[in-house]
Amino acid sequence: MKKTDVIIIGAGPVGLFAVHQLGIKGLKAVVIDNLDKAGGQCIELYPDKPIYDIPAVPECTGEELTKRLLEQIKPFKTEFYLNERVEEVHPEKENWIVKTNNKEEFMAPNIIIAGGVGSFEPRKVSLKECEKFEGKSVFYAVRNKDNFKNKNISIFGGGDSALDWALELSKFSKITLIHRRDEFRGAQHTLSELRKLEKEGKIFIKTSCQIDSIEGEKELKSITIKYDDGKTEKISTDFILGFFGLIMKLGPIAEWGLNMDKKTIEVNPENFETNKKGIFAAGDICSYPGKLKLILSGFHEVALASVECFKRARPNEKYRFEFTTSSRTIQDRLGKK
Amino acid sequence: MAKIIYKDYQGNSKTIEVENGLSVMEGAIQNDILGIDADCGGSMACATCHVYVEENWFNKLTKAEDAEVDMIDMAYEPKKNSRLSCQIIVRDELDGLEVTTPEKQS
Repeated sequence: MKKTDVIIIGAGPVGLFAVHQLGIKGLKAVVIDNLDKAGGQCIELYPDKPIYDIPAVPECTGEELTKRLLEQIKPFKTEFYLNERVEEVHPEKENWIVKTNNKEEFMAPNIIIAGGVGSFEPRKVSLKECEKFEGKSVFYAVRNKDNFKNKNISIFGGGDSALDWALELSKFSKITLIHRRDEFRGAQHTLSELRKLEKEGKIFIKTSCQIDSIEGEKELKSITIKYDDGKTEKISTDFILGFFGLIMKLGPIAEWGLNMDKKTIEVNPENFETNKKGIFAAGDICSYPGKLKLILSGFHEVALASVECFKRARPNEKYRFEFTTSSRTIQDRLGKK
Repeated sequence: MAKIIYKDYQGNSKTIEVENGLSVMEGAIQNDILGIDADCGGSMACATCHVYVEENWFNKLTKAEDAEVDMIDMAYEPKKNSRLSCQIIVRDELDGLEVTTPEKQS
């Protein structure tokens, strides 16, 4: 079990800035996130889209913002636990114990939940019958290409992931690419390659259609797609690969006994503490009167939460408000001479 | 101001007066209309405010931009008359607009 001052759940911009606000107060933190990299929605939903409302930064992309935040917290040498989802939270005396799906355990007097709208999960095929084949013949990611050799594969989607995997897997399998409209969104060279492989008979493209049913008892045998004009077509299929993007699921957070308002956690706007002492929520996931889901609001929220975290982590010390421009202590923590 | 008719997938409907300039999504959220999640808060990044627009109305709306159509690919059971309600901005001419929410958003 790892002991620290604060466990931060969520490595989005608000979680990252929390590291900074805690760090300058001399508090140690660990950051846990379900994604494989830091950045949260900024990196997963809009890495290339410009953001115009970060104070003093007229324009930057989600990716740039993430990079800068990571740069800003470098001095604190924070440990990140990525690809991990927090499953359990329970109290032990004055501390909280957090367990992840990878069986990592952490102990700290404080938890800051900066979980956005929850953890990202792949959006699934809308057909209910697909569930029983999930992980056997229905997949939402390719972990090992070798499992997809010499098969009939039906790939759903019209974006980069669908196109890239259609091209890649067509090298050793029969691919049918299925999309609900007749326009694909991808890099120009990807699209021309796709058309070329279609001409060569290596990829079959079906558009303006959606999945209608699947056939097979123990193993998937075929799928039936339905075109917009009502016609149907059966396609023999060993594997279905779905690339419909990601959705955000609140997940286990809902079961930690926190006061919730729909999918958000109610907090006290003085210190962003939830109804549980030592558990804080900041960023998109928290709610209080007048809440705005802005990155800059999240920054403010963790700044205030970090003060309360300090009081809980250092009960015998007095909290002193300091400016980074003039505090020798803070400058030392930042590694400035 | 326009009356917006929100129907759920079972046919229950609620009519709400929504102020001009608000999106159909905001009209729903502010009035506790179920069936519209709007996880991303209206930044066209999630497709959980997906609605079906009644056909006659569909053609009267400002056409969806590419980014919206791409995002609708990610929606639950998209159809020809699918739109993201965060991108439909209310104005007087939309009085009587009818949108239906899908069975679920994710």
